Amino acid sequence: MTPGVSVLAEVAALPVAAVNWHSFFFVLFAALACGFAVAVVAADNVVRMALYLVLSLGATAGLFFLAGAEFVGAMQLMIYVGGTLVLLVFGVMLTAQEPLVSIKGSGRDRVLAGIVGAALLAVLLQAAFSVRVWREPAAGVVSDPAATPIGMSLVGVRVDEPPAGGPVAAKRPGYLLPFEIVSVHLLVVLVGAAYLARAKRRKTPRAIEVAASVEPPAAVAEHAAIGRSRSAGGSVLTGGRS
Amino acid sequence: MADFLINTVGLPGWLAWTVTAVVAAALILNVIAGGALVFIWAERKIAGRIQDRLGPTRTGGKFGWLQSLADGIKLLAKEDLMPDGADGMLFRLAPYVSFCASFCAFIALPFAFDFVGQRMNVGVFFVIAVLGLEVFGVILAGYASASKWSLFGAMREAAQVVSYEVPLGMCVVVPVMLAGSMDLVTIAEKQAGWFTNWYLFHDPFTFVIFWVYVTCAVASVNRAPFDLAEAESELVAGFHTEYSGLRWSYFFMAEYGSMFLVSALAAILFMGGWNGPVPIATIVGLSEGTGDTANYFVRLLGMANLLGKATLGVLVMMWIRWTLPRLRIDQVMTTCLKYCTPLAAAMFLGAMLWQVVLPGGLMPRFGRPAGEVREGWLPGPGGGGAPRSLDAGKVAQVKS
Repeated sequence: MTPGVSVLAEVAALPVAAVNWHSFFFVLFAALACGFAVAVVAADNVVRMALYLVLSLGATAGLFFLAGAEFVGAMQLMIYVGGTLVLLVFGVMLTAQEPLVSIKGSGRDRVLAGIVGAALLAVLLQAAFSVRVWREPAAGVVSDPAATPIGMSLVGVRVDEPPAGGPVAAKRPGYLLPFEIVSVHLLVVLVGAAYLARAKRRKTPRAIEVAASVEPPAAVAEHAAIGRSRSAGGSVLTGGRS
Repeated sequence: MADFLINTVGLPGWLAWTVTAVVAAALILNVIAGGALVFIWAERKIAGRIQDRLGPTRTGGKFGWLQSLADGIKLLAKEDLMPDGADGMLFRLAPYVSFCASFCAFIALPFAFDFVGQRMNVGVFFVIAVLGLEVFGVILAGYASASKWSLFGAMREAAQVVSYEVPLGMCVVVPVMLAGSMDLVTIAEKQAGWFTNWYLFHDPFTFVIFWVYVTCAVASVNRAPFDLAEAESELVAGFHTEYSGLRWSYFFMAEYGSMFLVSALAAILFMGGWNGPVPIATIVGLSEGTGDTANYFVRLLGMANLLGKATLGVLVMMWIRWTLPRLRIDQVMTTCLKYCTPLAAAMFLGAMLWQVVLPGGLMPRFGRPAGEVREGWLPGPGGGGAPRSLDAGKVAQVKS
């Protein structure tokens, strides 16, 4: 036997080979996610909180990747981690000044939050461990990380459950209706956000308008009347222009 | 490679996978670091030529080859400063966050058919998602520096990157739609054959949306004319004003890494990836299945193709940077929201309609790729939808 092969055999016999690596990484990512989640609560600087939140969410994405759900993992990165980024921007904008750099709740708040959090945790833990199916290792589940079945289901074709003998699309609506409802809902939210965030029209006439309205007094009075009469739908600005 | 180690060398599974992962990570790291070294030198030479001067000429012979290396040594020797009011942990962490985001995106980037760190079913999506995280380091740097210039730069960068992700995503969706898959390997393979098979020439809409993609990509990696975050004429150096030494160079490696990444992504999505304009390998009779050695050479050739295209993209970015003046922040936002986004949306609709009316594409296609049936379109023999990919096997092996 050559020395190289004997070394290999020794390496193969190491106890590390017996470790269930899947469980190891699961525990690692889960511990990271939980640890940073606690750090979010414990920290008192908004930006550090956001950093810990991003790390916690990133570890959760790692869990998804570990489970073979690559699409959900990438979604997690895109939506939650990316969304926290925007949160962070607002955090920086609002707290870059001195008085708001540190946020500390009062003792009473902490106790209340602790009670609520513990209650929620108890409910979730109880629920998680009471479902029999979840306690046993899943058998017969094929890990298929393809995103295509998800996309096809969203447009109404269930490729994952083809009816016996028939064409794929027959009588299986998939998730088209929920998908449409959600997208319309999101559209409404977007329009609403754009409405709320738009540049507000001024209630008082601008300087340029005042200069333009140096006219005979009658015209000014008429101008003001138009402004009042249109107060419901339009504004003084549009009234003045018409 | 892991299979080779397990079967031929006889390593145990866990060690084989670890070795494979370390080798892949080291290779990717070298692509980023070595690439940055070369590109910084190229940037100086190109900037010099465009401004009618010579650029570096002395360090390392006639063309100043070793200028980047000399710069690196200088950066290593520089004093590592941190402002008094800085948030120490975040200040130290920020460059690594930026670099890690850039590095992670490379994991899913295929360099040739089988040369990919981790083949992913949602490769495009993953790359875009991770690339968007690079700005996170920039925001942390801007905040932690306790400097107004840095903060302004970081805020600009955040606004810009978050805005430009919208049109960028829309541009990326078009090749995904044409290929019927988000797998980068599949997308590139669908464009195999002559250059007329490239999605760039698929129809007029994809041709237009490629240029939208280029604009958005330049903006999303924060290069001139969109480099508002480090506008040196107004903000000293923007988000990295307070950085020096090696930490500063991490930001730069991340920037050059991202430039290379978006260029490679453009090559894969629109320009056939590792498939050259002329399928030389097929013409001389080499193809998949000719033999292991032949396969390897075909893939090396493919990698050279991809690296060439990506490098070309980076050089174009440099050309743009030293040619166009910097935009104002409102102009940057206008470009994104009023031009790029509607244009991308319209082109997306157009490409979709084209796909319905004339699915064959515009150009006559030579050497049409074989895989015309879309992934998951028909139920597989086992009742499962999509064909099993490489990853399913890998996951199973890691589990066992």
